Amino acid sequence: MAQSQGWVTRYFKAFCKGFFVAVPVAVTFLDRVACVARVEGASMQPSLNPGGSQSSDVVLLNHWKVRKFEVQRGDIVSLVSPKNPEQKIIKRVIALEGDIVKTIGHKNRYVKVPRGHIWVEGDHHGHSFDSNSFGPVSLGLLHAHATHILWPPERWQKLESVLPPERLPVQSEKESLHGSP
Amino acid sequence: MFFPGSLATTLKIECIVEQTYGPWWQSLHRTMLRGILGKTFRLVGYTIQYACIAHCAFEYVGGVVMCSGPSMEPTIQNSDIVCAENLSRHFYGIQRGDIVIAKSPSDPKSNICKRVIGLEGDKILTSRPSDFFKSHNYVPTGHVWLEGDNLQNSTDSRYYGPVPYGLIRGRIFFKKSCS
Repeated sequence: MAQSQGWVTRYFKAFCKGFFVAVPVAVTFLDRVACVARVEGASMQPSLNPGGSQSSDVVLLNHWKVRKFEVQRGDIVSLVSPKNPEQKIIKRVIALEGDIVKTIGHKNRYVKVPRGHIWVEGDHHGHSFDSNSFGPVSLGLLHAHATHILWPPERWQKLESVLPPERLPVQSEKESLHGSP
Repeated sequence: MFFPGSLATTLKIECIVEQTYGPWWQSLHRTMLRGILGKTFRLVGYTIQYACIAHCAFEYVGGVVMCSGPSMEPTIQNSDIVCAENLSRHFYGIQRGDIVIAKSPSDPKSNICKRVIGLEGDKILTSRPSDFFKSHNYVPTGHVWLEGDNLQNSTDSRYYGPVPYGLIRGRIFFKKSCS
């Protein structure tokens, strides 16, 4: 009787010890280092989800790269939606602070991106809820940088930070680290 | 104590020692090294574990913050210590009148401490104190309107507009009263 109780107590203690080690470490890793996410919607076609709803891409989201809020033009990033804080959206960075952007479908023709903000757009113009709808977004809403497509296996690739030439900012204050496309 | 002679002498002595004592010397080296390595790994492991527990506590539960600046006087003075909790943010329980800590819209690395004046859909007086004509606006969806209590000396939503809800970090619920 006493021996079986001892066994239960020991098991319980080991479980608690493992729980308090494994759960915080896993949560911190998923919050700070990297996690994976499934992409839904057609706003980033053809880079992401070219097959539409039949096969959703699964991407690797890298939190560590954006821990200092440093992004480049052309990066595909995920951010908290400014219109719905429960949702994350994944878009491409078109312009950084200080750039002047020629908008598509925004109420102003040209917009200067304020300090601490970025201009994001989906690759599929017209089917994308992006900065052309809600304006520049604050860098504080930046969630992660999408670096690779992990699934389906035939689409396994590294996502390049390339800016389509027609979406280059009209005037930029900061020099990009990448060369001109 | 050996006289610290030349390197060659030291090496020669070590060789003699190894030949004499052989595997005993090597096993002593190995256990010492293993002991030090083991202790280092254990230290690193504990540090990582406590850092992760601290991250989870600050991110999901709350923490202690020091506020600086005059924008919330007289409610919160400069250099006051306050306790903030993050549960309201995660369960979307922030209400009008709460004092919240948020990331600054123009500088994501710094935080601001203001009071929530309006939630999404509310009608807000948006004109600056210096304007003659008052203007009203509705707070857009997913945003809140923040103002400091010290209206004369506060840079808040009246200057940079409504703040997205996603920038809110936590809600202040306790202030340590200083003398």
